[in-house]
Amino acid sequence: MGQIQLNHVSKSFGSVEVIRPLDLSIEDGEFVVFVGPSGCGKSTLLRLIAGLEDVTDGEIMIDGKDATGIVPAKRGLAMVFQSYALYPHMSVRKNIAFPLRMAGLDKAEQDRRVNDAARVLNLTDYLDRRPGQLSGGQRQRVAIGRAIVREPAAFLFDEPLSNLDAALRVGMRLEISELHKRLATTMIYVTHDQVEAMTMADKIVVLQAGVIEQVGSPLELYRRPRNIFVAGFIGSPKMNLIGGPEADRHKAVTIGIRPEHIEISEEAGAWEGTVGVSEHLGSDTFFHIQTAVANGPITVRAQGELGLQYGQTVYLSPRAEHLHRFDSKGLRIQ
Amino acid sequence: MATKASRAAARMMIAPSVILLLAWMIVPLSLTIYFSFLRYNLITPTGNPFVGWENYYWFVTDPSFQAAMLNTLMLVGGVLLITVAGGIMFALLLDRPMFGQGIIRIMVIAPFFVMPTVSALVWKNMFMNPVNGMFGQIATSLGFQPIDFMGQIPLLSIILIVSWMWLPFATLILFTAMQSLDQEQLEAAEMDGAGSFSRFVFIVLPHLARAITVVILIQTIFHLSIFAEILVTTNGGPGTASTNLTYLIYVSSLLQFDVGLGSAGGVIAIILANIVAIFLMRMIGKNLDA
Repeated sequence: MGQIQLNHVSKSFGSVEVIRPLDLSIEDGEFVVFVGPSGCGKSTLLRLIAGLEDVTDGEIMIDGKDATGIVPAKRGLAMVFQSYALYPHMSVRKNIAFPLRMAGLDKAEQDRRVNDAARVLNLTDYLDRRPGQLSGGQRQRVAIGRAIVREPAAFLFDEPLSNLDAALRVGMRLEISELHKRLATTMIYVTHDQVEAMTMADKIVVLQAGVIEQVGSPLELYRRPRNIFVAGFIGSPKMNLIGGPEADRHKAVTIGIRPEHIEISEEAGAWEGTVGVSEHLGSDTFFHIQTAVANGPITVRAQGELGLQYGQTVYLSPRAEHLHRFDSKGLRIQ
Repeated sequence: MATKASRAAARMMIAPSVILLLAWMIVPLSLTIYFSFLRYNLITPTGNPFVGWENYYWFVTDPSFQAAMLNTLMLVGGVLLITVAGGIMFALLLDRPMFGQGIIRIMVIAPFFVMPTVSALVWKNMFMNPVNGMFGQIATSLGFQPIDFMGQIPLLSIILIVSWMWLPFATLILFTAMQSLDQEQLEAAEMDGAGSFSRFVFIVLPHLARAITVVILIQTIFHLSIFAEILVTTNGGPGTASTNLTYLIYVSSLLQFDVGLGSAGGVIAIILANIVAIFLMRMIGKNLDA
């Protein structure tokens, strides 16, 4: 079981309100990602759930029981830290066994659980090494192993992949997703990387300045962002946001159109523009096109190679069904 | 510093300082060894004949030698015990955020800046004197018999004085080490169910292991040669109760005017210090590798 409920939780450091009062419910077995720019309070929120910080107000319920005042160890949660926080003077085996040793389990049971976890995480050959002798990815797995052996109600991940290189990050992302499928335990995952959020989450919580901007499945957030912030934050490359007369024409203050929802043509279209920088990825090409309708360049994603030259005149047509409209407060107009 | 020419030039340039340092060490060392094989007593000016190992024989078989060795070990061991244990506790205390942190930290370091003779005299006269000292006054005012520190427990008194002076050093090193401890490790241990005592034993103490060995090494080297504190407080007495090896050498060569005997003692002290140094270096080497 791992059902977590936040009721009106807030957190202040002195006079600075880091988390505004918020409600959130996380269902058992869900993979929830907290995502937002740095300083938005996502890590603080995770630490509140873990019990490493005290809430200023509100209550945290874990499996229906009030856990607000309970010490971290008794909440039945396991956490993987950004720095992995492995104990450098202990072997991998001792690192993984540490929570079991603290819980007072007998040696045979400790060994059994450590060996199980090591097998699941491909760490069997490294059990007698020190963390200092492992690669980044292996350390990451040891940290996860230390969390798994406790058989917690929920896993908390605090930007666990940010110290890995790009290739390893993609691999670990898959491993964590797979682990979630296999264990079917609640996982709460904090990241500033919207790609990680989109690819891993069952439910994404977008935070900004201590406020939840939107909660929903990745596709929900992609298709129907509730406001301009979410629209700009989710999706890569970022959504083009256009104001002024072009927005007025659609009876909105701001309109948004994703790069993949714009047709590009050399003959005719709604907006005329000149080709700026092109980024060639092979499968896709990102064009940055200067137009009269928007202040900055409009990003367009086209499949394959189009053979457009720098400075060439092109025409863009946004697909009407994918146009997002926002009012003066930045909220979505239905 | 890659080419042959630049390496030769580098050697030439550091040569003067190396030669100076070497001479600085070699000349007194060879003179000490030379004197230790001579009958060289300032009271009997009958020339200085070569006597072989005689000085060593008399130095080692002197009953005060055994006492001095024992006192040296107890002094070093006692001070190390107090400073390391106390240093860890002070470091833990200082690590907590508190009011007036900066001033408190400076005050903790302060005893280290006081000269050994001064602090030993202050302790002897203002604290430990049975009549005028503060401890004596407190004991008397409470109706107890005051302790004559220098008479009844001379070695322990010196251990306390030296510990007071060296506690700041241990605290400083251990406190710096404490500050480099990753807070996430402590938090991880907290999540893993470790209470504050377990966190100290399993996380903090192993993290400090390296700093502790450094403290032990440096302090051992200094404590083997404690002298000023003994000279100004107990003069090695009563009897030989607070005489350590350094003080015994002083007694032999400067109070008994037997330069040969004193030199033999000096050579023994050098050998002893080197044995300890090799032993400690190995221990630390093992610790520093990890």
